[in-house]
Amino acid sequence: MERSLAHIALFAALIAVLGFVPQIMLPFGVPITAQSLGIMLCGTVLGAKRGALAVLLFLALVALGLPLLSGGRGGLGVFASPTVGFLIGFPVAAFVAGLVTEKLRSAILPAAALGAFLGGVIALYAFGIPGLALMLDKSLTEAALMVTAFLPGDLIKVALAALITQGIARMRPDALLSRG
Amino acid sequence: MLTLTFPVETPLHRLPAGLKLALLCAATVALFRIDTPATLAAIAAALAALHLALGRAIAVQALRQLRPLWPFLALLALWHGWTGDLTQGTAIALRLITAVACANLVTMTTRLTDMLATLDRLATPLARAGLPTRRLTLALALTIRFIPVLADRIDAIRTAWSARSARRPGWRILVPATLAALDEADHVAEALRARGGTG
Repeated sequence: MERSLAHIALFAALIAVLGFVPQIMLPFGVPITAQSLGIMLCGTVLGAKRGALAVLLFLALVALGLPLLSGGRGGLGVFASPTVGFLIGFPVAAFVAGLVTEKLRSAILPAAALGAFLGGVIALYAFGIPGLALMLDKSLTEAALMVTAFLPGDLIKVALAALITQGIARMRPDALLSRG
Repeated sequence: MLTLTFPVETPLHRLPAGLKLALLCAATVALFRIDTPATLAAIAAALAALHLALGRAIAVQALRQLRPLWPFLALLALWHGWTGDLTQGTAIALRLITAVACANLVTMTTRLTDMLATLDRLATPLARAGLPTRRLTLALALTIRFIPVLADRIDAIRTAWSARSARRPGWRILVPATLAALDEADHVAEALRARGGTG
């Protein structure tokens, strides 16, 4: 019990710290942040349940008024902004990423990559795009068009999440709770 | 750790947090039911007046917090300039700004301790139903405490990398950074168990 709680709290802190890492600009001016990489790692490293709880804990702190989202954003305002769908999708993304990593009995690298992709891209966009459409009063196709610029960055993060998860599996196999 | 609460006390700071949150919910629901730009503009103007009445500094801070919205406003301007439907575009933009500013105002005028107390109160029925709400409070406190600790650890890892390599520390430092979080979690778990567990 204590171990689960400590892991959930520490990974919520990790997501926050990854938000402080300066943004990297992709060639065509789209910012990518390490924060969504943290969301994927919560799933692939901690597993579905603990990963999703870590993300929920992080979001709770944001809602309480701590400026922990990348770029120093936070407070209740971010839940009224156009990107609210992505925030709602965050815990689902971690859950899906964790579930795939847990259930897929292949080598860790492809399992984590597929998990990070299905969670951090498919599941996340499945919430983010309708949110954007609703907040900006656009159709789903139009909203989907708006987020395509972020796809390359997110695919890079999928690859990084898989590589990092594999690195941990090699160095400290018993620390990888998603395969525990 | 800094919070987004505005340090200078305003009359809004003294209102109960629960009341402010309830009002915010009602205001947001109402905003999404209004479609006429004139009504939305009047509400936005009233909100701006309220900010100014609270003080210049808090109004400036509120404007600064609206900055992340500009890409969306630019997008709306381009989009509706293209389709020629400017009335609808204005309504969407005004609604967006007003909804976000309302929520930010609640955050700015409510202390973290008041927010936590309200959360605790809202969770009381859950605690009676047997859900472990004490663990939630403990987890929140642990996360707040360990954000600076982890940030320091990552800084140390980055410095160690720079001492050994001329290349910039890229994503590779995220492996030891994640391991640091895992190690720290094990220490915390042991410390909690030694002090009687999470109850």
